[in-house]
Amino acid sequence: AGQDVGRSCILVSIGGKNIMLDCGMHMGYNDDRRFPDFSYITQNGRLTDFLDCVIISHFHLDHCGALPYMSEMVGYDGPIYMTHPTKAICPILLEDFRKITVDKKGETNFFTSQMIKDCMKKVVPLNLHQTVQVDDELEIKAYYAGHVLGAAMVHIKVGSESVVYTGDYNMTPDRHLGAAWIDKCRPDILISESTYATTIRDSKRCRERDFLKKVHETIERGGKVLIPVFALGRAQELCILLETFWERMNLKAPIYFSTGLTEKANHYYKLFITWTNQKIRKTFVQRNMFEFKHIKAFDRSYADNPGPMVVFATPGMLHAGQSLQIFKKWAGNEKNMVIMPGYCVQGTIGHKILNGQRKLEMEGRSTLDVKLQVEYMSFSAHADAKGIMQLIRMAEPRNMLLVHGEAVKMEFLKGKIEQEFSIDCYMPANGETATVTTNPSVPVDISLNLLKREMALGGPLPDPKKPRTMHGTLIMKENSLKLVSSEQALKELGLNEHQLRFTCRVQLQDPHSDPDTLHRIYTHLKSVLKGYTIQHLPDGTVMVESIVIKVSSSAEDPNTKVLLLSWSYQVKRCHRQL
Amino acid sequence: MAAHLKKRVYEEFSKVVQELRSLPAVCRNTFSVSAIVCRQIPHEEAPAKKLRLSKPSKSAALHIDLCKATNSTDALQYLLQFARKPVETESVEGVVRILLEHYYKETDNSVRLKIASLLGLLSKTQGFTPDCIVDDAINTLGNEKSHQVLAQLLDTLLVIGTQLPESPAVRQRLIEVACKHLSDTYFGVRIKCLQLLGCLGMVDTPLSKDNEGLGGPLGGVRDVQNIISDYFGDQDPRVRTAALKAMLQLHERGMKIHDIIYDQACRLLSDDYEQVRSAAVQMVWVLSQLYPESIVPIPSSNEEIRLVDDAFGKISHMVSDGSWMVRVQAAKTLGSMLQVSPHFLEQTLDKKLMSDLRRKRTAHERAKDLFTSGEFSSGRKWADDAPKEKLDTNTVNLIASGACGAFVHGLEDEMFEVRIAAVEALCHLARSSPSFAEKCLDFLVDMFNDEIEEVRLQSIHVLRQISTHITLREDQLDTVLAVLEDSSRDIREALHELICYTNVSTKECIQLALLELLKNLNKYPTDRNSVWKCLKFLGSRHPTLVLPLVPELLSTHPYFDTPEPDMDDPAYIAVLVLVFNAAKSCPTMPALFSDHTFRHYAYLRDSLSHLVPPLRLPGHGLDLVDSRGSGSVESAQLFLQQSLNRISTIQNLEAPGAQDLLDFTIRMKVSMLMCLSSCPSIRDLRRLGELQTELAGAADFCATYLRCQLLLMKALQEKLWNMAVPLCLKQNVTATAAAQQILEETYKLEFLYSGLDSRQVATIHHIRLQAKALQLILTARTRQGLDPLINSCEKFLQEIESFQRLFLAELPHLQDGFVDKLLELMPRLSSCKPVELVKILQTTLRQSGLLQLRLPEQIHRATATIIEPTGESDNPLRFTSGLVVALDIDATLEHVQDPQNTVKVQVLYPDGQSHVIHPKPADFRKPGPDRHRLITQVYLSHTAWTEPSQIEVRLLLAYSASSTSLSSSSKLGWSDSIDGLLPPEAAVEGTIPFSKPVKVYIMPKPARR
Repeated sequence: AGQDVGRSCILVSIGGKNIMLDCGMHMGYNDDRRFPDFSYITQNGRLTDFLDCVIISHFHLDHCGALPYMSEMVGYDGPIYMTHPTKAICPILLEDFRKITVDKKGETNFFTSQMIKDCMKKVVPLNLHQTVQVDDELEIKAYYAGHVLGAAMVHIKVGSESVVYTGDYNMTPDRHLGAAWIDKCRPDILISESTYATTIRDSKRCRERDFLKKVHETIERGGKVLIPVFALGRAQELCILLETFWERMNLKAPIYFSTGLTEKANHYYKLFITWTNQKIRKTFVQRNMFEFKHIKAFDRSYADNPGPMVVFATPGMLHAGQSLQIFKKWAGNEKNMVIMPGYCVQGTIGHKILNGQRKLEMEGRSTLDVKLQVEYMSFSAHADAKGIMQLIRMAEPRNMLLVHGEAVKMEFLKGKIEQEFSIDCYMPANGETATVTTNPSVPVDISLNLLKREMALGGPLPDPKKPRTMHGTLIMKENSLKLVSSEQALKELGLNEHQLRFTCRVQLQDPHSDPDTLHRIYTHLKSVLKGYTIQHLPDGTVMVESIVIKVSSSAEDPNTKVLLLSWSYQVKRCHRQL
Repeated sequence: MAAHLKKRVYEEFSKVVQELRSLPAVCRNTFSVSAIVCRQIPHEEAPAKKLRLSKPSKSAALHIDLCKATNSTDALQYLLQFARKPVETESVEGVVRILLEHYYKETDNSVRLKIASLLGLLSKTQGFTPDCIVDDAINTLGNEKSHQVLAQLLDTLLVIGTQLPESPAVRQRLIEVACKHLSDTYFGVRIKCLQLLGCLGMVDTPLSKDNEGLGGPLGGVRDVQNIISDYFGDQDPRVRTAALKAMLQLHERGMKIHDIIYDQACRLLSDDYEQVRSAAVQMVWVLSQLYPESIVPIPSSNEEIRLVDDAFGKISHMVSDGSWMVRVQAAKTLGSMLQVSPHFLEQTLDKKLMSDLRRKRTAHERAKDLFTSGEFSSGRKWADDAPKEKLDTNTVNLIASGACGAFVHGLEDEMFEVRIAAVEALCHLARSSPSFAEKCLDFLVDMFNDEIEEVRLQSIHVLRQISTHITLREDQLDTVLAVLEDSSRDIREALHELICYTNVSTKECIQLALLELLKNLNKYPTDRNSVWKCLKFLGSRHPTLVLPLVPELLSTHPYFDTPEPDMDDPAYIAVLVLVFNAAKSCPTMPALFSDHTFRHYAYLRDSLSHLVPPLRLPGHGLDLVDSRGSGSVESAQLFLQQSLNRISTIQNLEAPGAQDLLDFTIRMKVSMLMCLSSCPSIRDLRRLGELQTELAGAADFCATYLRCQLLLMKALQEKLWNMAVPLCLKQNVTATAAAQQILEETYKLEFLYSGLDSRQVATIHHIRLQAKALQLILTARTRQGLDPLINSCEKFLQEIESFQRLFLAELPHLQDGFVDKLLELMPRLSSCKPVELVKILQTTLRQSGLLQLRLPEQIHRATATIIEPTGESDNPLRFTSGLVVALDIDATLEHVQDPQNTVKVQVLYPDGQSHVIHPKPADFRKPGPDRHRLITQVYLSHTAWTEPSQIEVRLLLAYSASSTSLSSSSKLGWSDSIDGLLPPEAAVEGTIPFSKPVKVYIMPKPARR
């Protein structure tokens, strides 16, 4: 998904581990370009040898569509991680997708139902905020991402290096899902989607209110409302919206949704209450919000019933199926209304009527007069530019990597990110690799005794923000690092301690005898070096701390005294003063 | 030390000690105390009965237990058991000594910990001054090795310190101790030290800081704040939080926090831990309130801004924090920063939209434009909101700097707690700034569509509160009115309330509002009253806007007569209410009325007088137009005062008469005079209450009081006092009844009226006391036998005492009163015989003058009106006898304090049975100040019921005399000091009916065979 939307598939190498993030497909193509190029990873040999794990962020086909192809047809036996709801809903969508491609379009060489099942057997489910150890070093943790039911952001950590992959996420809560959230995990790279990199959106409430008002007015007029939707995601949000509105306003008109996929999906929404927003989570004890009271399953015959009604029907772009049938039936009456809740691809009827076309040419040369009202209402579940910035602020990454967006828009966001946070930002194109050097910290075991000794040396409490120097010996042994005191190091390594002493000779002209000279030096030092322990030892030496001073007269000239100074390598300051 | 301790322990047994000294062998023993106690038992029957310890001492028992304990687990068990029972004040010190002694011996950490915590608990005992154990506690601190115990000991010291607020020496010592332990490695100890500093740190005296490990460059003299602020950078987040909290504590104790703390606190706003951030938000807020005007530089530029603005920006930033607790905190805090400059304030609502790098206008702006351009929302085109102008990439600021969009974020938050907090903050800010109110209107209206009902309700309330500042545009009104169809009654009523206060701009708005309200009325007929009221205000607020609508509203036609609408149609009544209220200040309007409208006016003026104002109608000039000007309230007040004065002059007249004890006849005359004159004044007062609702409470109160006095007078003037006992039986009946009535009235006076001050309460109690005296005398005269008399005499004396106790401060005002005289005689009273007592009472009662009632300032009578059931319905409520039927009750209560506990519903069955039902606390709502609404269901059930008949429903106000608003309920602390106090007054419980009873017709279904 480098610099384009859809077909998400990202490879991350971190600390010697290779992870595949998402395994999506492109909806626009019907040939090989549809799936990611797995030969990029390895030409021959199975993917299992190369990949440590695969992580799927959510169930949209552009994030998981190529999964059975990869695991069953290309061959991958390693673990696949996804959240529980994703695991539950993903196979439904894959199966639906397979049906359309194989049964309707008659493609061969496509994965089978059995393959989907086999693929799902390799899936390891994840819980929110649960840290899962993939192997000894690699651990992953999922965070809530909003967007759709079960969407997750993943935090991947190897040693001290870490990556956060957001998948698709939404920072503003909606009617059935909460907002994405992550803690201050300070990853090395944050890989974020950037679908709406150049958009700042208005409050959702206005749009919702408009939507409800329009529906309400039509119903009061006795008209029928058609809402073409895709089965998952927005459909549920709109259902909840209408359901609560009906409840609030005490309305009686029936609401229907077309059976099939949506019904199955609603079942899962009912089960995964913990993944929904505050309101639904709070009230499900009294009533599960997805157990709709006003919304009933649709039957084809209902379309001809008199009186007002609201119908959700698939597919969303009015290009085929039930939604189109109903549309044809209702288009002639100006009391009716169709609400398009999302984007429509060019060429579809949805696109045509949105652009104000009032006469449609249907197959078989017949024309259809569009008299009903056409409304457009967009609800998007991606983070806008502000949301992306907010997430960056929450996670505080050291580097940023933008994917899943258009290049021009990413450029803008990239500039902004670099300016606001002063961190590096990358936006690789498809097939391009971005390399980020990290500054890994190496953990070292430290012996308790050494620490305590250091503590005893005084000073204020250790400040975590300031480095501090200490003496010790670093031992590298069997893949582990240890910091111990020098004595212990000697003991462990079985070495003898060597004293390193420096000596120097200073020649002085002094007529006095040796002991006298020594005494004079002693008294002089005493007056100069206050605060040091100075001893005059009986064996004819003076000790200043650990510095030894000896005096001997040279053989040839008794007046020339040779001053011998000897000190160990640790002592320096004192000597300078001598 | 040990010897000293032991001695202190013995002191408790001081009565015994002398004796025990004669048992030298025992005293040398370490476990002597237990030995002593054991020996006490034989001593008890021994001739030396000097042992006066009336109950087994706690300390002794504890000591035995502790000595018995063989290991630490046992000891811990004993201590835990011990902690469950209270300790008497007098034995606390002994217990403390024993605990300390054991503490020194104990090696186990957990036991020492428990002892330390017990010490803290004991120090809280009422009546015990813990200064004697400060030394010991500090000593133990010095020798303690375990960090946990150390923390607990510091906690104990904290308790001790707070118990001794006026001992600077102790404080100083404790602070030094705290400073010493601040460098501990265990976080708990540091936290406790900071708490100590926060609670006890002194405002003025600087602390000398020496020999601490900290020894910062400052050295020398540093004050508490300095020390605490050092720990803002501690490595443990809990300690950082504690440091901030300690600083806040200092602030609460009145210490002025230095402004240098501001920078440090701001840095903590970006802490990793939420509790630190939350505390930091508070800290920043406190500082912004302390130094609003000081100037702070903006980093990375040369500009400077006011501190309060800077703080506002920073806290606004926290509204998009990761933790919702912090968000709630920040949003709440914003509401109280009223000094912030308007420029910053308006930024909080700022939100620039863009789409594909092009500037886009918000829906709000679009709506406004559409409105101003005269075209109403089409919103039909797909690209309706298509972005227009191209944005310069450099000007787009993605990270909201400072206050930008704080409320936009807050109102869209995921958690409804944050949204509510944001709405409340908006309310506070908008009330102080009209321009901001105008701006936030759109956002509040949006909140009407929130998914959580609480939020919707709150935003409606907020809009009502700020509605004085704003005028709603048509499109805004449209969204507001859409909520009228909400199924929740609370929401609808809140909205009606809001419409009562709203200003609208055009006549279309009025029409729209009326239309929606009628729709509402149609859908929810129970809202009738509330809708009518709403229209009343709408009409009286916008007479000029209603005027052009009148022909349409009344469907009159210039040429044709239109059919007369149905008078029973609530919708038609609603329209009339609107029109009549508008007509009140619009004299041209009645000209547009048709004949039947005038008839309907007359009818409605009679039946719904609270909704329909008096009008000056041409040709129908019969209606009384209120000529009272604005001064009417004052004049009424004057009148009230005058009538009270009149009474007091009577009293003054009486005073010289009263001095002349013998001259009974004069007294008689005076009293008669008084009776005569006060009767009309009572009537006056009653009438006044009806005329002037503002003064109804006060007038009513005075009238009731006067009636009490009058009753008392009358009772005393009866001839029975001169008669022989056997003859006066018949007379007695009236007097007894009077006494009883006075008692009842006084309870009403005390509990039915709110806003009484202690002096008035004292007056009420005074008259009650008189009534009781009267009762006592009457019993003495009628009943034979002494025993009951003695009892009631004692009771009476107790009442006098408690009166004295309660109203000590008010006694000087009660001069010449009954109590005053009684108290003079008190020593004699308590010793004399009942018969004598009665005699004294009789004379004092007759001599004592009337207490003048000071005019109460703000007195309101608690009232209740049952709206539903109406009692007019002819269709009976059917039910199966033997089963339960639910009756919906809807009532408004005014001026009732604490209705959840006091208001009850009484149901009177036809057979005379009555049930009192206690509504659930959730059934009470509070739509406005001093107003409550009770919406509840009452379950009726009766076994034997065959005929349709009526039951009566009424509301009762329950009271209990012991819970006088003044008597402070003594808190029972850790020690149960029940026997230390006087026995509590016998709680007189009762109920006062305070609503008109409503009759409900009930019919049982024929029983099925």
